[in-house]
Formats: sequence, structure tokens, C-alpha cells
Amino acid sequence: MIVLDTVPSGSLLLAVGVLFAAGVYLLLERSLTRVLLGFVLLGNGANLAILVAGGRAGAPPITGSGSGSGSEAEPMSDPLAQAMILTSIVITLALVAFVLAMAYRSWQLHGHDEVQDDLEDTRIARLAVADVPSYADSDSLESGPTLAEEAVTARDEVALPDPAVDLPPRGRAGS
Amino acid sequence: MLPVLLAHGVLALAAPALVNSLGRRAFWVLAIGPAGATVYALSQTAAVLDGRPPAEHLPWIPALGFAIDLRLDPLSWVMLLVVGAVGTLVLLYCSAYFAHDARGLGRFGGYLVAFAGVMAGLVIADDLILLVVFWELTSVFSYLLIGHYSHRTSSRRAAMQALLVTTAGGLAMLVGVVVLGVTAGTWSLSEVIADPPSGTAVTVAVVCLLAGAATKSALVPTHFWLPAAMAAPTPVSAYLHAAAMVKAGIYLIARFAPAFSDLAAWRTVVLVLGSATLLLGGYRALRQHDLKLVLAFGTVSQLGLLTLLLGYGTRATALAGLALLGAHAMFKASLFLVVGVIDAATGTRDLRRLAGVGRRLPVTALAATLATASMIGLPPFAGYVAKEAALAAWSHDGDLLGKIMIGVVAVGSALTVAYGLRFLWGAFKPRLRSLPDPEGLPGDGARKESPGEPAATLDASPATVHPQRFWMVAPPLVLAVLGLAVALVPQAGEKLLAPYANTYPNGEPGHLTLWEGFTPVLAVTAGILLLGALAFWQRDRLERVQAALWFPDGADVVYRRLMRKLDRLAADVTAGTQRGSLPFYLGMILVVLAVGPGFALAAGLVGQPAGGGLPVAVDAVGRDGVLHLGPFALVPWDRPAQLVIVLVVVVAAVLTARARRRLKAVFLAGVAGYGNAALFLLHGAPDLALTQVLCETLTLVVMVLVLRRLPPYFSDRPLAASRWVRLAIGVLTGLVVMLFVAAAPLVRVHLPVSVDFAEEAEAFGGGHNIVNVTLVDIRAWDTVGEISVLLVAATGVASLVFLRQRSGDVLRLDPADGDRSPEQAATAGSRQVRQGTWLVAGPTLDPDQRSVLFEVLTRVLFYPMILFALFLLFSGHNAPGGGFAAGLVAGLALAVRYLAGGRYELGEAAPVHPGLVLGTGLFLSAGVGLVALLAGQAALESTILHLYVPVLGEIHLVTSLFFDIGVFLVVIGLVIDILRTFGAELDRQAEPFAQALGSHGRAGSHAGGERA
Repeated sequence: MIVLDTVPSGSLLLAVGVLFAAGVYLLLERSLTRVLLGFVLLGNGANLAILVAGGRAGAPPITGSGSGSGSEAEPMSDPLAQAMILTSIVITLALVAFVLAMAYRSWQLHGHDEVQDDLEDTRIARLAVADVPSYADSDSLESGPTLAEEAVTARDEVALPDPAVDLPPRGRAGS
Repeated sequence: MLPVLLAHGVLALAAPALVNSLGRRAFWVLAIGPAGATVYALSQTAAVLDGRPPAEHLPWIPALGFAIDLRLDPLSWVMLLVVGAVGTLVLLYCSAYFAHDARGLGRFGGYLVAFAGVMAGLVIADDLILLVVFWELTSVFSYLLIGHYSHRTSSRRAAMQALLVTTAGGLAMLVGVVVLGVTAGTWSLSEVIADPPSGTAVTVAVVCLLAGAATKSALVPTHFWLPAAMAAPTPVSAYLHAAAMVKAGIYLIARFAPAFSDLAAWRTVVLVLGSATLLLGGYRALRQHDLKLVLAFGTVSQLGLLTLLLGYGTRATALAGLALLGAHAMFKASLFLVVGVIDAATGTRDLRRLAGVGRRLPVTALAATLATASMIGLPPFAGYVAKEAALAAWSHDGDLLGKIMIGVVAVGSALTVAYGLRFLWGAFKPRLRSLPDPEGLPGDGARKESPGEPAATLDASPATVHPQRFWMVAPPLVLAVLGLAVALVPQAGEKLLAPYANTYPNGEPGHLTLWEGFTPVLAVTAGILLLGALAFWQRDRLERVQAALWFPDGADVVYRRLMRKLDRLAADVTAGTQRGSLPFYLGMILVVLAVGPGFALAAGLVGQPAGGGLPVAVDAVGRDGVLHLGPFALVPWDRPAQLVIVLVVVVAAVLTARARRRLKAVFLAGVAGYGNAALFLLHGAPDLALTQVLCETLTLVVMVLVLRRLPPYFSDRPLAASRWVRLAIGVLTGLVVMLFVAAAPLVRVHLPVSVDFAEEAEAFGGGHNIVNVTLVDIRAWDTVGEISVLLVAATGVASLVFLRQRSGDVLRLDPADGDRSPEQAATAGSRQVRQGTWLVAGPTLDPDQRSVLFEVLTRVLFYPMILFALFLLFSGHNAPGGGFAAGLVAGLALAVRYLAGGRYELGEAAPVHPGLVLGTGLFLSAGVGLVALLAGQAALESTILHLYVPVLGEIHLVTSLFFDIGVFLVVIGLVIDILRTFGAELDRQAEPFAQALGSHGRAGSHAGGERA
């Protein structure tokens, strides 16, 4: 049986709060290593939050086995929350690896692992202030002939009036 | 009906392959699709006319009431016939029209058939949402076909313009459809029409529908995309932009007119837009010199007329409209195909340069004449019958509006006569007049007006008829003759079209006849023809007048200006919101989280009666030690040890945030992580604790592997001020989350879904460990998603560092004499062990970096660890463990091997490519899950097999074990990828540095293994 007692534990609440606060503090840094550590702390906090939402502590959610756990001794803890957290833990590992690879790559290219401001965004902002188009796009010209006028120049690749091309058996052998 | 649509889909997918193997003849095969639709429509004629429309129903999203409902009522029957028959002929025409080596023919054929399919779906859809889906698909295929010559800027722009205009209308239409469906309480088209809702919302919805129809059918002011769409290949113009797609809007009007034509808004929109389009199209057509453009503006004009007739709302005009719809499909498609023939034969479509074509292309000239006669409404052609019926209907009404309509249509028809004659004369006139603008006409080789040129040999002159040529000349002639044939039996047409026209609520039923006697209508017709002929006779003068007249900026210019403004607005908005700073973005998101939902929560809590508290779950009442803090209920701890560990975690987290040294920060974060594992254990989650410990260990290894390459300290940044901001945001976020977590469990109103998991796990999943059964069975799809993420992450890690390929070769010892099998390698390894080495690849390391103790331990520990991993894997269904934990243990075993023996040791320990491991794992998990489908179960459903093995006794094998093995392999693959990347590859990249720094040359001990 699953417990319905969901009164949260104050200790866990404290852990969640501190992990989130420290995590966010690091997350807002520019060094990718610190961002990553921030994310790890934040992830741990989130896992605890899910755990708390699942209800109070209980026996391991393993049925039968007669090892004292189970219905008699103590109610089980919520297995659904645990399955979700398990997924989250492993994903966090993959994420750690990925961000580390980015940090390393950044260090390899720039000699540091800091997230710089996006130069492209800065450029767009500067051009927008000057009211200059930020990209060259011949597809959206304002002047020039209308598209209907240009459609006149479109030519299909039609069958040529050369009989050799049109003779079915050999003419097409090459294609 | 569904098989007909599916056939189109299959043909579209097969088209590239067909064109590859059959060349242009593939179009004959592709024509099977629309031909099938035609045959189907014809075979159902009796049922349709008897009022027993065939219908098919397939559930789609039952929860929302969406269904794949198809229905063939008389209107759909007419449209399906038009779409199918013209589609068939156009595809046959394509087989001769294009050069055998034309570019992108396979793609083109696929798009064209796919379009025919979605167009057929559009006209038989009986579900509002399905209708919108098909509607948008026709826009997409129209875009692809207009942009067929994607190397041409103007083609791309024309395609983009058509797409933007039609999808903008489509968006409005979607809004209308949703409002309509919600108001009516059903998504069934026929039910909405049968019992139309009313009210202001419905009126707005109907106007939205009309906006969609107007853009699709190129009504003013969005007509400009249609002439621009002439950049498409000519068969596309004939099919999409004359016969089929532009009729979609007309179809929509005809479909909804019986329900909504009484609305004042409907009448206003339809009559104003229809009249304006009719007149503007005809007027603009008189100035064009390109044959296709003459026809394109003519089509615009005719679409306006169709809108008037089918949207007017009386039975007689509706009958005339349906007749004109069919007639227009025949004559306009025929004329476009004729233009294609002329274009292919002479190399030009400029009517100032064409002469004498009729002599060399007599059959084509005949087709063009018949089709033009139908277009301008000469008796006894279909166009005449339709127009007579329209005029008769309005004159029969006799009211003022009817008289105005007669006037508008008369002027529009006179313009039609004028541009029809202009087209016919321009294309087939016997000889050129003096050239108006000689220097504008380059004397290129493509000009073949004069007799004696090769033009003589290439078309359907009786002497030299090539088989493929037949397919170019026949389709337009067939369509043109059809336009004559159906007109000769107007009663049959009336019998076929009247059933739908009579669903209109107002007016007397109309009639289709060839001869009604001497009536005022006849006089009007004669006047139209005379006026049109006059306008044609005076065409040069008329052109000059048109050129001299002031004309407001075309709608296309307005459109372009609008798009340019949109671009600028986008740039301004981007500049205003995108600062390019990651911390800024993240901070903004978090502040919004705290201020928005956080504030709402706080406000909600303040509103709680003091002492009343949040509803505390049932079982908790009477529990000891529950503290009530304001609205909250809390226990200080679940178990006393919890508090101790929480304190450790808190201290570790705070110190992590303060650490300036990378390694220190990493270790402190690790302490917090291990603390979490302990909290999990205390909470009653041994699986979590196990996984967390393993992950934390692996994370530490990985971090240290990378950090040895990064600077030891975080760079100093003079950002003391921003640190306080970050701290504030951090504390605020922490508090808000705490608030949420404190409130969330207390406001729960439902039982958790997991109350039944215990029983389900045993009964269906065949396991005792509920968490594991949840992962591999109850919520297996989640797990499939997760391991896919792992696979992506592993690939990303490898490609970020390996750069040139997904990941390098597997590093093995002695690849020089590579014919040594792994077994031999192993024996060689054991020989080396006897010689004093404990690991196979130990000697590849620098002697200074080797530790005998570590090597001995590794040798002793590796196989037990692997065994333990397997134990966890197989016992995980009933005890803590499972694929994730097992994979992590095995991964740690490999990590130990790598740390002790270097990268060659890793290659020896796991002599497989990680990509292979990852792929096999995902295949086992997801692929084996699909096997359940074959067995008639839901995907990923487990089966419990009871096997009897002689010695071991009865064994219960749950199929989800294979799923878990897949998970196990994916995790191992991830770890191998990580170790190879951050370990082996970083070692290799670091080596040149190390050597440059003059460290010990290790080349001698490498056993020739290095392949840079």
C-alpha cells in the first residue's frame, strides 16, 4: 500500500531551498564549469523536490520478498516519484558530460571556458538602431519588376524539337 | 475513398525512383493516381445522385472529436471529377512536355501527384479539421511546385509570396473553423452545414472562412500571387492555378453558402470581392503580352465570377456557378496546355512574336479555338450554357441587386471576350503586323515563326507524329472537346448538378439549356459579344489608354512594402529583446518564475484563513509531531538522521558556490550529491541511492579527467556588484521553490496513480521491484525517450571533442599485426602478467605514471565488478538494481581499467565502438518493444514466459528483461564514449604539448600503437 501522508519534511525543504539558491547563483555565472556545477546542484534540489511531492518516507517499494518491508512494518514510499528521479539522475550525468565537452571545446578554441555575449546579437542591435537591414536578402527586394513580370522570363526545360531525343528506344538509353 | 488517397501518397513517394528507372514515361504510371480518383467518382455516380453519398469514417483523435471523415456528396463529386480528370490529363501531358533530362523531374512528379492526392482529400473531407489540414497541404505543394526552378530568385520569391498569402488566409480560416466547430459542437462539416449555428461569433468565423477562400482563390486584394505563380512550369499552371487549387476557395464558398449565404456580412464580402475581382482581372488581362499572363489574369477574373455565382445564395445562380466551375476547369486547363505546346514549339510565349503557328499546329489551334469559344461564351459551348443560366437566374429574380449583377457580369464578360480573342489571335494569327518594338525582340535562335524553320517538323502535323508528341496535343484537345460535348446535353448536366444547387435555401431551381428563346438575356449575350469584339478590334487604342491612365500602386507593391516593414520590425524587436547574454536570459527567466507564479502562490497562501491551513492528507491527521506554521503543515524530519545529512548537503552546496578552485568546487558538489544519495536511502529509495552514488562517482571521474586540462582556478572577474544580484536571484528562487514544495504535497486532491503500481507490477510486469517495473514496463515509453537522450548526448560529447568524425578508431594494442584475435591478445596479456605486468596495456604508460598497486587492484576488481553489474541487471526486476545501475557499475569498471592502464587498456577492455553499443541498446529497448505489436499487444507490453529448464527448474522470463538489457547497453555506451572522449582523446591531444615541454619520450613503449 502507498502512503497518502504527504506532510513534507522540513529538513528536506531546507535542502531543496539551499540547493536551488546555490545552484541558481552558480548558473548565472559565465564560467561554463560553474554553470555546470550550478546545474548539478539545481538538479539535486529538483530531485529532492519531486521526492517530497511523492509523500513521506517509507519502506522501499519492493513487494513480497518477506524481508520485513511491505505492508505490515511500514508503508511503502511512492515508486512513481522514484522512477522519475532515477531517470533524471542519469540524464543529469549525460548533461554533465555534454556541458563538459562544451567547456573543454571552448577552452581549446578560446583559452577559457566562459560564455561570451553573442556577437551576432550585438551586431543586429547595432544595425537596427541605424535602421540598416541586418542581412542581405535578394528575395525580399522592395523595388524592381513585379514577380508577374519576372514570371514571363521563366522557361520550362521542354522536350527539344530534335527527333533523336524523342525516339523512345535508344534516345533515352543514356538517362 | 481512403485507398484512393493512399494510392496518391504511395505514387508520390515512389515518383523519384520511377522517374529514375522509366524516365518521362514514369508520368504514365503516376497518372494512375488521379485516374483512380476519376474512376472512383464515376463509379459512385448513381449513389451520389440518389442522395446516398458514400462516406468513410476513421477515428483520428477521438478525445477531441476529430475524425478522418470522408464523404462524396454531389459537390464533392463534381470537384473530385475535375481534380481527377484534369490531373490525369496533365500528368500524361507531362510525359511528353519535359525534356527527358530535365532537372528534378522525379521530385516534380512526386509533388504533382501528392498535390493531386491532397486536393482530392480536400474536396471529400467531411471533418472541419481534416479540411484545414488538406487545405494547408495544397498550399505547401503549390509552394514547392511554383518554386520548382529553385535556382531562380524570382521563382523562389513567387513561391514564397504565394505561400505567405495563402497561409495567412489559411490561418484566418483555421480560426473560423475552430470557432464554428466549437459553437456548433461538432467537427463534422455536413452536420455544421445541416444545422448552422448563429450569433456574432459565427459571423466573425464566417468572415474568417471567406478570408481563407479569398486568398486561396486569388480574389482582390490578394489576387497578385496568381500571376506571379506563373513562374511555375506550365503543366502546374494548368492544373493548380487554373483547374484545381485556386478552385479550393470557390469550393469552400460553395460548401458553406447553403448555410451562411443569408448573412449580410457574407453577401457584402462575396459580392464586393467577386465583382472587383471579375472586373480587375479582365481589365489587367487586356494589357498582357505573355500568353500565360493573359490566361492568369483571365483566371483571376473568372474566379471572381465563380465567387459571385456560387456565393450569391440562390439555387439558380448556384446551378450556373457549378456549371461554370466545370466549364472553366475544362477550357482554362486546355488553354494553358496549349500555351505549353506553343512554348515548346516556338520557344516563346510573347504574342507579339507569334505568327503562323496555327498552320503548323492545326490540332492545337483547333483545341485552342474550341476552348476559347467556351471561355467567351459562344453557343453551343459549356461556358455559354453556364453564363446563360447565370443571366437568366438574375433576370428571373428581377430585383435591383439582380440587375446590378447582370450589369457587372455583362461588363466582365465583355472583357472576357476581348482578352479571349486577344489570346487566340495573338497565338495563332497568320502573320505578324509591323513589330511595335523591334529592339525589344532579340533575334535569338528560339524564334521559329517564319516558315521553313524546324518548327515545321516538331508538332502534330499529320506527317510526323511522334508518339510522345501525341501526349502533348491530345490532352488539351480532349478537354476542349469535352467542353463542347457536355454543352450539347445540358439536361444531363442539370441532372448531375441540380442536387447540390437545390441545397441552397433560396430561390427557384434554375435550368441549363442551350436555347431559351428570344429573351432579354439573349440580347444581353449578343451585346456582350459585340462589345467584346469591339474592344478587341480597338485593342491597340485600349492598351494605350490603359497605359496612360493613372493606376494606384499594385497590390503586389503594397505587399512588398509590407513585407519589408515586417522585416524591419523583426529586426527592431530582436535588437530590443535579444541581448546575447546568457546570464541575462537565465536571470530574466528566473525572475519571471519568482515574480509570476511565486507571487500568485504567495497571494493564495495569504488568502487562507489563519489556522485553517491547507487540507492535510487524510492519513496525516493524528500523526505525531506535525507542526502547523501558518497555512503549512510540516514535520521537522522523517527520520532524525535526515536532518544531519541535510546539514552536510547545505554546507557543501554553500561552499561549492563560494569555491574559487575548480577541483574544490567539483568535490564539494560531489559531497552534496552523495548526501542526496543518503537522503534517498533514508526516504526508502534504495534504487535511487544506488544510482545516485554510481552517477556521482562517474561524474567525479569525468570532471577530474577534464579539469586536468583546464586552469585550476576560476578566472577572476571584477563583477562584485553583479554577484549580489546573482545572490539575490538565487535566494529568491530558492525561497519560491521551497514555497512550492511545501504547498504542493498539501494541496493534493487526487490519489497518486501509483497506488495500484504494486499490484500491477506483480500481475503484469512480473517483478517485485516496483521502481524497476515502472521504468521498463509501466512507463517504458519515458525510458525509451530517456535513453534516446543519452544516445544523443553521447554522440554530442564525442563529436565536440573528436571533431573530424563521430569518434576515433577503437584503440587496440599492436594494431600493426592486426590479425591477432582478442583471444590471442588476452593470452598475450596473461603472458605479460607472468612477466610482471598486471594489465595488458600497462607497458604503454610512462613508467612514472604507473602504480603497481593500482594495477593489481584493477586486475582483481575488474571482473568482480562486471559480475556485480550483471547481477544487478538480472536481479533488478525484483531487488534494487536494474539496467541503469548495472550499466553504471560496468562503466565504472571500465573507468578503473582506463585510469590504471591508459587509453590502450580501455580499448582492450571494451574492444567495441561505442556507437555500436549505443545503437544495439536502443534497438533492443525500442525494437523489442515493437515485437509486442506483432504479438497483438500494445507496444512495449511485457509478457511473462514460464520456462522449464531441467536442472534449474521453472524459470520466469519477463520480456521486459530485454528492454533492461537495452538500457544497460546504452548506459555502457555512454560511459565508453565519455571515457574515450575525455580520457583517451584528451590524452592524445595533450601529448604534443607534453612532448613539447620535454617530458619523457614515451614513443618507445607505445608498441607502435599511435596513429595520429
